[in-house]
Amino acid sequence: MIFVLVETANQKLTESSWETLTAARDLAQKLSDTTEALLIGSSVRALAPTLKGLRSVSVVEDPRLAGYIPEAFAKIAAEAIQKKRPTVVLAPGTEMGNDWLARVAARLDLSLATGCTEFFIENGALKGVTRTNWGGSLLEETEILSTPKLLTLQPHAVAAQPLAGAEPSVEALAVTLEDRDFRVRLKELVRKEKTGISLTEAKVVVGGGRGLGSAEAFKMLEELASLLNNAAVGATRVATSNNWRPHSDQIGQTGTQIAPDLYIAVGVSGAIQHMVGCKNSKKILAINKDPDAPIFQRADYGVIGDLHQIVPALIAEIKRLKGA
Amino acid sequence: MKVLVCIKRVPDTGGGFRLTADNKRVDTTNLGFAISPHEECAVEEAIRIIEKHGGSSTVLTLGPMAAQEQLREALAKGINSAILLEADDYESWDARAVAHAIAETVKPMGFDLLLFGNESADVCNYQVGLRVAHLLDVPCVSGIKALEIQNGKAIAKRESSEGWEVYEVSLPAVFTVKEGINVPRHPSLRGIMAAKKIPIEQKKPIRQNLQMARKLLKKPQEGRQLEILGQGVEAVGKVAAKLRELGAI
Ligand SMILES: Cc1cc2nc3c(=O)[nH]c(=O)nc-3n(C[C@@H](O)[C@H](O)[C@H](O)COP(=O)(O)OP(=O)(O)OC[C@H]3O[C@@H](n4cnc5c(N)ncnc54)[C@H](O)[C@@H]3O)c2cc1C
Ligand SMILES: Cc1cc2nc3c(=O)[nH]c(=O)nc-3n(C[C@H](O)[C@H](O)[C@H](O)COP(=O)(O)OP(=O)(O)OC[C@H]3O[C@@H](n4cnc5c(N)ncnc54)[C@H](O)[C@@H]3O)c2cc1C
Repeated sequence: MIFVLVETANQKLTESSWETLTAARDLAQKLSDTTEALLIGSSVRALAPTLKGLRSVSVVEDPRLAGYIPEAFAKIAAEAIQKKRPTVVLAPGTEMGNDWLARVAARLDLSLATGCTEFFIENGALKGVTRTNWGGSLLEETEILSTPKLLTLQPHAVAAQPLAGAEPSVEALAVTLEDRDFRVRLKELVRKEKTGISLTEAKVVVGGGRGLGSAEAFKMLEELASLLNNAAVGATRVATSNNWRPHSDQIGQTGTQIAPDLYIAVGVSGAIQHMVGCKNSKKILAINKDPDAPIFQRADYGVIGDLHQIVPALIAEIKRLKGA
Repeated sequence: MKVLVCIKRVPDTGGGFRLTADNKRVDTTNLGFAISPHEECAVEEAIRIIEKHGGSSTVLTLGPMAAQEQLREALAKGINSAILLEADDYESWDARAVAHAIAETVKPMGFDLLLFGNESADVCNYQVGLRVAHLLDVPCVSGIKALEIQNGKAIAKRESSEGWEVYEVSLPAVFTVKEGINVPRHPSLRGIMAAKKIPIEQKKPIRQNLQMARKLLKKPQEGRQLEILGQGVEAVGKVAAKLRELGAI
């Protein structure tokens, strides 16, 4: 049996959960096996029937389980796994999913493969996986020797598809929770003031690197972004570690992963750790004075030259076009 | 206050990866090594906490003798002592084995605060810190970007799309840190000299049975065809037209 740990937010399954359920269904088909899921929350039972084609859904509902409570969730999942004896446990490879399954793996003292993108089957059983290294810049094929195999699925590795088939049976799972299972819990959520469009929502991202040379120069990129539809400004690690921009603007392996329609990289060399954060952009346009910069091997459009001349000229040109 | 930081020696790659002929590893022949970025920030956080609250900080790595280089770098920045769990075959250890060895070593040492990276730069397993917390039976908050110590408690913040999630846990506790929590300092010349005199404690860790075996590394497909729109300011007309074509203006 393939057991899926499902993540919810605002009384809905997250997109990554649907991706994970899709991957589990496909894997179950290949292994001629069944799929079940675990649903935890303060009121999640109503979601269970939407998981069509699964054999059953185990539900743990408790008013104390609103939001993600790491240790309680891990205890419940570990007990469910011991009871149900799946051969594979799959969770979304999100921050929550990775945290959750790592805690489960620690409790059961089993290995865990995070960020999986492919599965290998041998003699009708899951043998190993392909998983991401270096934030996705490299892929690793690895064999997993322990059972059950605990895996998290790299977000966007599988496209979510609607599930078809009969409604699953719904079982309430009883797990005794103690105070200590709540020792790590959210105390408060301090909402951010929304200032403009966020990097992950923007349709166009203008990213600046060392070539900008200063915090002031980023004003130019702000102005360019303000002239483009749904645009936000991002940065490389060089720009954030020089305090030209806050770290929340950083695109890349240790920053934000973006997937806009267009990424405009200005004075950015195109280091892999940066590019892994923007490789899901539909198009990439690079402005760089060095024709041999690696960014030109990873972009769709290139402009060679000094950004300090090109960007102001481009701003003037766009203003002229808009005025016309 | 006793603070531990766990760091890992990783290749310092930049423009691209070259793989070895057996496709099992990154070819490091022409590369230097570094501390993973998240862990650099964990080192900085440990130094700041000791500067503010007093006490001592220790840096630990499980790796080859050469990993002394990364330990010395942390010492040069201001960490007080260093432990090397020496294992030449560290690359074949899975995250579970690494966590067991670290937990075994630090359990009797009575740290109040144990800092890890959220994930290592190279293998990205997202789990060693959480496993160590479980083995020590102390609370853990992963992926934090702010930390404050107040009266035996730690207030940690995670950044989400909605805002700042605030957690409060009592010490001892484990935190896994993300880059952005601070901007790490560079070591001073004096720090570098002083670090040379600090002895590094060396131990041979015990390796548990391994449950994961790497077969190979490969590069994902990259497929973009470059079109040069032009050189210098003469190109802006074409760039603007392209922006319009792509719906950006
Ligand atoms: C050539 C090569 C072959 C490999 N073969 C295998 C294999 O066969 N099987 C396998 O499972 N793995 C293999 N690995 C990966 C393995 O060595 C991992 O480094 C190990 O599993 C720990 O995982 P991680 O670093 O991704 O941990 P993560 O959980 O991502 O690390 C989180 C944090 O834990 C701390 N940490 C991690 N490692 C250490 C350490 N060594 N010392 C101190 N602190 C640390 C750091 O603070 C880090 O930020 C291989 C690696 C290489 C380069
Ligand atoms: C584990 C790890 C994680 C990392 N994570 C990230 C990450 O999340 N995000 C990230 O960005 N980096 C990350 N890095 C760092 C990354 O490897 C690079 O060092 C960084 O992306 C380089 O930034 P840059 O392009 O701004 O600077 P550089 O590489 O110095 O490039 C500057 C470019 O600007 C061009 N230029 C200079 N002046 C001009 C001008 N006047 N006009 C036009 N062009 C000009 C130059 O030709 C050059 O190509 C990480 C590194 C490691 C090891």
